[in-house]
Amino acid sequence: MPLSLLFYFAALIAVGSAILVVLNRNAVYSAIFLVLCFFSLAMIYLLLEAYFLAVLEIFIYAGAIMVLFLFVVMLLNLGREKALPHFMKFQRALSLMLVILFFFGVSLIMVVGSGELHQPTIKFSSGSVYALGEALFTKFLLPFEVASLLLLVALIGTVYLAKRKI
Amino acid sequence: MDLLGFIIILVKVLVVFAATMLTVLVMIYLERRVSAFMQGRLGPNRVGPQGLLQPIADGIKFMMKEDIVPAGADKPIFILAPAILLIPALMTFAVIPFGSDITLFGRQIPLQVADVNVGILYVLALTSIGVYGIVLAGWSSNSKYSLLGGLRSSAQLISYELAMGLAVVSIILLSGSLKLNDIVADQQGYLFSWNVFKQPLAFIIFLVAVYAETNRLPFDLSEAEQELVGGYHTEYSSIKFAMFFMAEYANMITAAALTVTLFFGGWDFPLVDESSLGILGTVLSVCSFILKMGFFLFLFIWVRWTFPRFRYDQLMKLGWKVMLPLALFNIFITAGYLTVRALV
Amino acid sequence: MGVVHGQEMVLNIGPQHPSTHGVLRLQVKTDGEIISEIKPFIGYLHRCFEKHCENVTYEQVIPFTDRCDYLASMANNFGYVVAMEELMEIKVPERVEYIRVIMAELQRIASHLLALGTFGLDVGAFTPFLYMFRDRERILDMFEMTCGARLLYNYMWVGGLSHDLPIGFVESAFRFLDYFEPKIEEYNNILTYNKIFIERTADVGVMPADVAISYGVSGPNLRGSGVKWDIRKDEPYSIYDRFDFDVPVGIGEKGNLGDCWDRFNVRLTEMGESIKILRQALTQIPKNGDVHQTIPKKIRPPKGSIYKRTETPRGDLGFYIISDGSPIPNRLKMRSPAFTALSVLDEIGRGWMLSDVIAILGSLDIVLGEIDR
Repeated sequence: MPLSLLFYFAALIAVGSAILVVLNRNAVYSAIFLVLCFFSLAMIYLLLEAYFLAVLEIFIYAGAIMVLFLFVVMLLNLGREKALPHFMKFQRALSLMLVILFFFGVSLIMVVGSGELHQPTIKFSSGSVYALGEALFTKFLLPFEVASLLLLVALIGTVYLAKRKI
Repeated sequence: MDLLGFIIILVKVLVVFAATMLTVLVMIYLERRVSAFMQGRLGPNRVGPQGLLQPIADGIKFMMKEDIVPAGADKPIFILAPAILLIPALMTFAVIPFGSDITLFGRQIPLQVADVNVGILYVLALTSIGVYGIVLAGWSSNSKYSLLGGLRSSAQLISYELAMGLAVVSIILLSGSLKLNDIVADQQGYLFSWNVFKQPLAFIIFLVAVYAETNRLPFDLSEAEQELVGGYHTEYSSIKFAMFFMAEYANMITAAALTVTLFFGGWDFPLVDESSLGILGTVLSVCSFILKMGFFLFLFIWVRWTFPRFRYDQLMKLGWKVMLPLALFNIFITAGYLTVRALV
Repeated sequence: MGVVHGQEMVLNIGPQHPSTHGVLRLQVKTDGEIISEIKPFIGYLHRCFEKHCENVTYEQVIPFTDRCDYLASMANNFGYVVAMEELMEIKVPERVEYIRVIMAELQRIASHLLALGTFGLDVGAFTPFLYMFRDRERILDMFEMTCGARLLYNYMWVGGLSHDLPIGFVESAFRFLDYFEPKIEEYNNILTYNKIFIERTADVGVMPADVAISYGVSGPNLRGSGVKWDIRKDEPYSIYDRFDFDVPVGIGEKGNLGDCWDRFNVRLTEMGESIKILRQALTQIPKNGDVHQTIPKKIRPPKGSIYKRTETPRGDLGFYIISDGSPIPNRLKMRSPAFTALSVLDEIGRGWMLSDVIAILGSLDIVLGEIDR
């Protein structure tokens, strides 16, 4: 199956680049690998025939959010050689514990709830935009509005922080 | 997928790619020649008849030049950046329909490389990727002018993407589809069914945003030579510089094609039903597409050699305080009209 | 609420930069794009002219004046010979006076054309620059016709001129004026009243009149701030008192008085006034007269000193000449208008953005040859 081969290819890049994001000492490189990771995720979405999601993944995450990240990283000019200092001594232990917890959680869902995962509740493919739009504005209207309110609050906060005089 | 279908797609990819690259060359020639005529000069006229081979001479020169990587530059990113800018610029044309369907070997072939379901979003997504090339080029050069140019253009691209996207939304509302084919089909028929007559405001916003997106005057702040020397490509030389150059023109070509597709009926020739004319109709449609695109490419040149340049904050102000509210207003009106029409 | 301050960055603009109008180095401190300090470093074009002048005879000084403000050599020649003639009490023939005024005013137009064109270029408008060069070319052609040189003329001599006007000069000058007068309208259309140009220049780099005066700024830059001061009118030299012309001043049409747009517009209007003077001079000029008649055999001014200033396209150009009675000047000092114009840059350019500083620098119309000398 060439399609599943493609999936493994994309997945490999996704995982590989995600690891490189964490391992890289240069923040700009990390950001670039994160973009690469988004691209491979978009490819997986494409393989699932979720074109809309795939494009949004690139459009919003890679195209808008990561550019701002890169912006900040560049402006802060975190040195190319400088590694970030370790803030807490137990940081590593804590992160290890969290990773293990997460891994077990995901495995648990995969083992217990297998079968359900492979059945998407919304049929993507041809009418995906319609389906998504309808779901957003009927079934998930409240979360949608709450999310937009949250974004608005964040926006106001940012303006308040950044503006010299209001 | 059968072999013939595969070959057809391959041929289409090659044709579109070659046509884009050729248009880039022609544009480079025309830019210099047309600007010369506008300014009472002659322009390049020595290499080949009427200087037609000038772009080729330029290309050879670019390749022969020494490739300089400044000391202190971040080498991998410095090398990667022009490619990041050029590749999306060349990829975008894939979803643009450039002619009516053609029937060959007993099958109907759409004149479009890929009929992507979310075509217009695909275009917007790719244009938003191009900014990486500029930002990274500016950062990796390790030069202050480059950094300022990179920062300027990334801020510019992000702010104008919004206005552009919102202008496109009103078109999507009208056609009810994200597919570029549907948008073209929606504008078939007589002249006034073109979107430019239905959505004049959206057209103006889109056009201005396109100039900002392609970094052309009056919005070429990122490479403002009088201030930033060369902006993000100050430190680039040789073929890498040529790639930036090509990307700029490829972006212009895509932008012109997109403008035609969204607002000027795509390949539609007014008052003619291309599909009933067979192969002649296809030729007519392709010609009309090229003509319309040519006009917008000419407009790019025309504007560049006429206007002064905006200042950075004025550009931002225009984008956020004028274009964005106008685009939102336009969507509001369009949606209101559609709702009322649906009710009545 | 805490104010967010970015790190300040020191940016070197020049000496090799597309828009420093020569070899000028500006060291600017920027916070993002906002400029907090501008330090001009000059001297890259210093050729020790004033010292040179102390070692050559008085007539040999003239080529040096050519090379100071190389965009307005005629005006520099003019300033020097007027000072010398006053020192030596020479009265030159009418025809010479008229030719000098014609040349100086043609030079004023040529110089302003270049100033306006490069200013347009600084804010990103390329085409007006070439239009203005096209018209400047015709003036240079006329200079070439007269004295054979296109940039550095060595045309005006103490007591006379190097050559008389060639046959047909007056006619071709009239032809040029007829051609050129409507072009000003064209410049207005393509640049002056362009919305983007106004956005870029109006209210930018405002130089209030008192700042301009206290820095000693002169010429169109001073008049752009609304001060009606023109040596041709207020301290007439040569025969400028015979002509009827206005002194255009900035009125703050598009923004605050003394902004870049005002300075630009003053230069543009001044070209129209120069056309007026030229038309009068070209009609009144005496048909014959020997331009070499009053050239002294040996230039040996009496002991003493003189300070004489004239209005060049860039402002008050003063020559201070000390003579010890020998054929070589004891001391020669030039008061350079571009130098004072540059000195005000930090004052009016602070707080603006990088692009504005380039625009302000362009609007001040400096010539590095004259600043460094």
